[in-house]
Order: sequence, then structure tokens, then C-alpha cells
Amino acid sequence: MILHEFMSFEVLRVIWWLLLGVLLIGFALTDGFDMGVGALLPFVGKSDKERRIVINTIGPVWEGNQVWFILGGGAIFAAWPILYAVSFSGFYLAMFLVLAALILRPVGFKYRSKRESARWRNNWDWALFVGGAVPALIFGVAVGNVLQGVPFHITPDLLMPRYDGNAIMKLLGLLNPYALLAGVVSLSMLLMHGAAWLGLKTEGVVQQRARSIGNVAGIVAAVTYALAGLWLAFGIDGFQIVGEVVKDGPSNPLLSEVTRGGSWMQAYSDRPWIVIAPVMAFVGIAMAVMGLRKGKEVSTLLWSKLGITGIISSVGLTMFPFILPSTVDPNSSLTVWDSSSSHLTLFVMLICAIIFMPIILAYTSWVYKVLWGKVTEDELDSNAQSY
Amino acid sequence: MEFGLVELSRLQFAMTAMYHFLFVPLTLGLSIIVAIMETVYVMTGRPIWRQMTKFWATLFGINFVLGVATGITMEFQFGMNWSYYSHYVGDIFGAPLAIEGLMAFFMEATFVGLMFFGWDKMSKVAHMIVTWLVAIGSNFSALWILIANGWMQNPVGAEFNPDTMRMEMTNFFEVVFNEVAQAKFVHTVSAGYVTASVFVLGVSAWYLLKGRHTELARRSIAIAAAFGLASAFSVVILGDESGYNATHTQKMKLAAIEGMWETQEAPASFTLVGIPDREARETHYAIHIPYAMGLIGTRSLTEEIPGVDQLVAEANEKIRSGIIAYDALMTIREERDATPVEVRATFEEHSADLGFAMLLKRYVEDPRQATDEQIAMAADDTVPGVGPLFWAFRLMVGLGFSFIAVMIYFFYRTSFKGMQYPRWALRAAVIIIPTPWIAAELGWFVAEFGRQPWTVDGVLPTALSASHLSITDLLITLAGFVIFYSVLFIIEMGLMIKYIKKGPYMDVDETDQWMERHAHRLSTHDSKGPFAAEPAE
Repeated sequence: MILHEFMSFEVLRVIWWLLLGVLLIGFALTDGFDMGVGALLPFVGKSDKERRIVINTIGPVWEGNQVWFILGGGAIFAAWPILYAVSFSGFYLAMFLVLAALILRPVGFKYRSKRESARWRNNWDWALFVGGAVPALIFGVAVGNVLQGVPFHITPDLLMPRYDGNAIMKLLGLLNPYALLAGVVSLSMLLMHGAAWLGLKTEGVVQQRARSIGNVAGIVAAVTYALAGLWLAFGIDGFQIVGEVVKDGPSNPLLSEVTRGGSWMQAYSDRPWIVIAPVMAFVGIAMAVMGLRKGKEVSTLLWSKLGITGIISSVGLTMFPFILPSTVDPNSSLTVWDSSSSHLTLFVMLICAIIFMPIILAYTSWVYKVLWGKVTEDELDSNAQSY
Repeated sequence: MEFGLVELSRLQFAMTAMYHFLFVPLTLGLSIIVAIMETVYVMTGRPIWRQMTKFWATLFGINFVLGVATGITMEFQFGMNWSYYSHYVGDIFGAPLAIEGLMAFFMEATFVGLMFFGWDKMSKVAHMIVTWLVAIGSNFSALWILIANGWMQNPVGAEFNPDTMRMEMTNFFEVVFNEVAQAKFVHTVSAGYVTASVFVLGVSAWYLLKGRHTELARRSIAIAAAFGLASAFSVVILGDESGYNATHTQKMKLAAIEGMWETQEAPASFTLVGIPDREARETHYAIHIPYAMGLIGTRSLTEEIPGVDQLVAEANEKIRSGIIAYDALMTIREERDATPVEVRATFEEHSADLGFAMLLKRYVEDPRQATDEQIAMAADDTVPGVGPLFWAFRLMVGLGFSFIAVMIYFFYRTSFKGMQYPRWALRAAVIIIPTPWIAAELGWFVAEFGRQPWTVDGVLPTALSASHLSITDLLITLAGFVIFYSVLFIIEMGLMIKYIKKGPYMDVDETDQWMERHAHRLSTHDSKGPFAAEPAE
């Protein structure tokens, strides 16, 4: 077990920061359209047939897509254990809401069409709406809070995460105006993405409705994203590490001194190349909106993916090296340099990722290829196991 | 017991984990049974096997989805409710969970969609491979989860790092090839196979009693009985292996399960039944089988198995040694790199017992201030609830042996009695459907309740592991889970029953074509075969 010494701790930490981003983006690009489709369901499908078509566009793939989320959770646990500990317990009730919504969703897909009753099906359609819209919103709210900093601290003796305040106030505290704005960015971007997916997988009236909602959602996403950026530049303090930055020290967040002040936007003068992220975001959204209007299919979905990649990576790149800043005790803030797993664990996990990620991408692509094509009424009738 | 934060957190975890495990065993076993059926279909081309595959796959799907959905809760609850645990052991424990996602869960979840939607989109062989990949993915998933769980029972391949105040991995392969994890894995998946076998057997028996779908039912019983028989033996044999492992890894758990208060002279006797009494340190009305415990636990006639009292005395010593480690740790935490070498050396010497000092945190803020009385109380805390463990274990083992009997009987009738089953046996098969679930839940209860007061045996006490949440937080989510999960359970059971009553979906076209092609052979010998439709005896 000395092989890991060949890769420096610092490099491994950066790689795992990148991989964390890859997983979150992978989740948003795949399960993101499932959530978007769920949230669009009651509005783009009016009859039962139409709704079944909408559900069956994602029927065979949502389960695999959702694993990006599970894997993201697992990777945070394995590579950034204290981040997992602080954020999941700190956002406790919000996490519970996400969980409830995410449990509702698979059950809704699977069970909705298993009974004929119109009331049964209508109830599940709204459950699917909640299962799509609520996580989409909350994930954005969470990012909005991370950018502002979160009120936690870590005890000096045993490094215990503490997040003060009573249950309800903690939840309401998350729902501040900036976080809600970020929530709107996230929801509208995934609505656009879901619409792009439906544009590809459906035809006729369902496709039309999806495109017109997607068009509006894309514009909302671009405008709110720009607003959130301006607000971040002028209304929210950034965080800085004071003094020398130790990049390969032990993972103890309290070892580095952090101050609050200045702007997050400082990152754009320190590392000008990162401007590529917001550019990707705006170009992607603009092209996706155009594509939705012109009725393009594959390219619209790809542009939408580019836009989402731009939005998510702009958050990470702007905050780097911070992952979760603390407002009440800035020294407790979690950064890339002080909240990772050990050198050995990061290395072992990287090897696993290098082995399995290509395999995953290969079979996932194969599955999408097998399922290529529009979902039609005839197809639903011929397969007794469709939803 | 007063219900504080830790108790509520434990209650919630236990409830959601046990609920999750209502769906897991059936997924593990039924995925393989469905894959076997589809393989027979691909090899013989007979439509009845395709019909069976699709029918059992439908029930598999209804069950699978709740397994997946409730699994999300499991993955996130460590961070939500056990944040100090997550920090303290995430460096080791998180890895198998992440690998589970990479290697197993991604595979099963990606292919399960094709399994249901891909019938007309690919060749027969390709679809069969997809079904097998779902089955293999599910079972690999169990492997990595049990590697993670096995580490909580027997924390190998890791050591404490005072600079990061947590356990860190020192040897990945020791974690993966942990003997406890490997035995647990085979024991647990075998239990899943038994569960699915009993389920298929029971549902098929119900069809035979009703005289419905008899062709499907007889063939299904044949598969379930053969598969179930092998699995039922495997469960018991690997259960025994787990017991043997516990003799040197979790002595206290073993002593508690056996109600063994005092160390007996080797070879110890096995207490068949009795009433363990914690106050009196005695198991009343005990019926002993001489030598049995010594043989099972040590596989020798000379090795001793320590009793509860001796282990408590040892814990007392370890707590005192742990206090020394704690004292050195606090110096290291303060002085960091300036720590004198002797202090580091002292810490190294005693760090294995650090967890025992942490047991004192329940009674005193600083373990170094603990009185003898508090140390004695903490030592006594290392004894888990003997009574519940003693009985849960015996009930589980009893059920395990009875599954062997059931499977032997049905295998015998299938193989030698022309697939004819008496009505009483069919009725019994329907009635026992819930029992493998009871056995599986009891198994988890024994494993995890028996691990108390630790989350990681000897390393981190449960009381310290919980997140610093408010009671209101816990009450809200507990109520939420109870209501939400109950509703889902009712819906799931309703759909299961509906689809069992509805029976298989007849693929008329394909059946007709096949009958036409094989008309000649059918008219000569096959029609008198054991699969010809006829009602049960």
C-alpha cells in the first residue's frame, strides 16, 4: 500500500473536487430531465394517454439516472466525509423533504398505471409533479445557501459538527431571498431540460406544449441566473483563506484561518479563464431556447446540457477552494485542502472510479441507444409492462 | 429508557433500515429466480417460461421499486442523523458505499429499465443477459453494503489518526476481505434466496389450490424448491460461520446471545432455552446441551469462550487504558506538531482502547475526570440487551432449520412424486409466506442490537455518533417516516395482491405460433408429461 504515494495528496484532492463536480453535473444532466419531465407532467399531458406517453419517455431510464444522485452521495461520504456530515445534518429537514420527494417519484412511476382508476392516476401525477419540482427547487436553494455561507461550527477538541438553532427556524432560515432565487434558477433550468427531452422523445401536441413551456423556462433561467450573479457580485461577501495555504496537510478544517469579506467575484480576476463557465451557461441556454422555438430535437438537448454544465460549474469554480463556508465561525469552513478523506482512501477510490466510470458510460450509452426513438401510443399498447 | 436524542435517532434508523429490508431479500432472490426462468425460456423456446418470467418479473418490479426508494433513505441517513459517525469513520465506511454505487447499483438500476421495456427492442439472448445483469448487480450491491456493515462489526484495516481526529484506512484489502463481511454476505444473500423461494412457492401453491395457472405454478414450485433447498442449507452453514467469527471478533455479542454470564470450562455447553436475568447474572430454567457451544464457537474442545462477567471486567481495564489514550490525545490536539515524543508514544500504546474512554462521555464531559463508579457503569454498558438477543437468535435459528425441512419436502414431492402436492402442504406453503421476512429481520436485530453500545465495535460508541439535532427535528422526521412508509406499504401490498390475483399475462400470439410449430411433438409424448394442466389432488 505505497502505490498511492506516487500521486500527491494535493493533486488527489483537486481530482476529487473535479469528480464531485462531474457527479453533480452527471446527475443534473440525466436525472435532471426526469425531474423536469415530472414537474411538466400535469401541464404537458392533459389526457391519460398523453400523460402515459410523457411518463414512458423516462420510464426505462429514470432508475439508472437516479443513481448519479446516490453515487454523488456515496462519493461525498467517501471522499469528503466531513462535508457529508456537516451538510446532511445541517440541512436536516430540507434533506428529509428531498428524500420524501425522491421516494415518491420512483413509486409514482412504477405504480401509477397499475390501476385503471382515474383518481388513482391523477393523484400519482401530482405526486410525480412534487417528486420532480421539489428536489429541483431545494437543490437550488441549497446552492444558494452554500454561496452565502452556512451557520455551522466544528468543535475544537473532537471535531464535532454543530449546527445551531431549532428545527423549524433552521428550515425557514434556508428559505431566504437569495436562496429562493437560486432555487428558481435550478427549477427553471431543469424545466427547460425536461422540455428539451420531451421535444426529442414525443410528437404532436405533447411536444408542442413542452416546447412552449420550455421556451419560457429557458428565458427565466437565463434572467434569474444573471440576477443571482449580480447579487453575488454586489450583495454577498466572499470568503478567503488567510496566510499561507497548506494544500497537503491533515484534513482538519480548523487548522486554516479564514476571513469573510471581499467578493466571490475576486475569483474571476485571480483565474480569468473560469469565465468560460458562465459563458457556457448563457450560450447553452440561448441556443436551447432557439432550438425549442425552431423545433430542433437532438441539438436542443445537447445545448441544454451545455447550459446546465455551465451553471453548475460556475458555482464550483467561483467558490474554489471553498466547498462549504461557515458564517458563524469562518475558521470552520470546509475547503478542498482540509476536508477530504485520507491520501490512501482518495487514491483507492480514484482507481475504482477509473475502472468503473468508463464501463458505466458504455452501458448507459448502449441502453439509450436501444431505447432510441419516439414514444408513441402504439408502443404503449404493445408492451404490457410499460407504465 | 428515557427517549433522548440518541434513542430517537436509533429508533428512526432501526425502523427505516428494517423497513428497507422488507424489500431487499425478495429483490436479491427473485432477481435470480426470474433470470433462471428466462434462461430456461431462451434454451427451450417454450412460451410458458416466457410467461413465467414476465409474471414473476412484474411482482419483482413492484417490490424492487420500494427497495430502491427506501435505499435512498439509508444512504443519506448516515449524514443526516449520524454526522459524528460519518466524520469519524467516513474515510473507511464511505468507500464501500461509493463502490457499491459504481460497481453494482448503477448496473442493476440501468438495466432494470430495459428488463421491463426492452422485450421487443432486442434479441432473446440479449434480454436474458440484461435480466442476469440486474440479478448480478443486486447481489453485488449486497456485497458492498455488507463489507461496510462488516467493518462496523470488525473494524480491520484502519487506525486512528489524532491529527484528523478520525479513523483512517490503512489497508483497503483488509477491509474488503474482512472475514466477518464475507460470511455475512453469503449468509444474507442466501437468506434473500430463501425468502424469494418461499414467496414463489407460496404464491404458486395458492394457484394450485385455486386450480389456476397450474402449468406456471408447478414449474415455479420446481424452481423454487430446488433453489430454496440449496439456499436454506447455505443460510444455516454461513450463519454458523458468522457465529464462529464472533468468537474472536465480537465476544460480548456472542456471550449475550448465548446468555453466558460466567466463563465455563471448555468446552462450554449450549443453552437451548432459558430466561436470561441481567440483575441476577443468571439464565433461569436453562436447558443445556453439553459441549455444543464450545464446538460451535471454537471448533475445539479446549478453547474457552469468555462469559459476560469476564468481558465486563476486561472492558473496565480497557476504559482505564483508554483514558490514558484520551489524555495523550488532548495534548496532541493542543500542541499539534510540538507534542513531545513520549506523549505520541503513550498515545500509540493505548490508542486501541480510545473508544472505551469515549463510553464515559455519557456520564462525564471529560473522561479523565471519571470516577470509579462511572467507569464501572460504562463497563457495564458494554453488555447489550441479553434477553431480546437470546430469544431473537433462537427464533431465527429455529426458522432457518424449518426452511430446510420445507424445502426438502417440496423438493422430494417435485422430484419423486410427479409434482403432486397434498392440499395441506399447499395451504401450509401459503401460510408460511411471511416467515422468511421475520427470520431476516430477526437476523439484523441480532447483528445490530448485539453490536450495542457501539456503532463501530470497540471504536466509537453509539451515544457519541448521533448528529447534534433537536428533539423536534427527530419527532418531525420520525412522524413523517411512519406515516409515509405506512402508506407506501399499504399501496405496495395492495398492488402485490392485485397482480397475484390477476395472474400471468397471456401472450396469445406467441403461444399459438409455438404450439403450431411443435404440434407434432406435443401430440406424441409431451402431452402426458407432468406439466399437463390438472387440478391439485
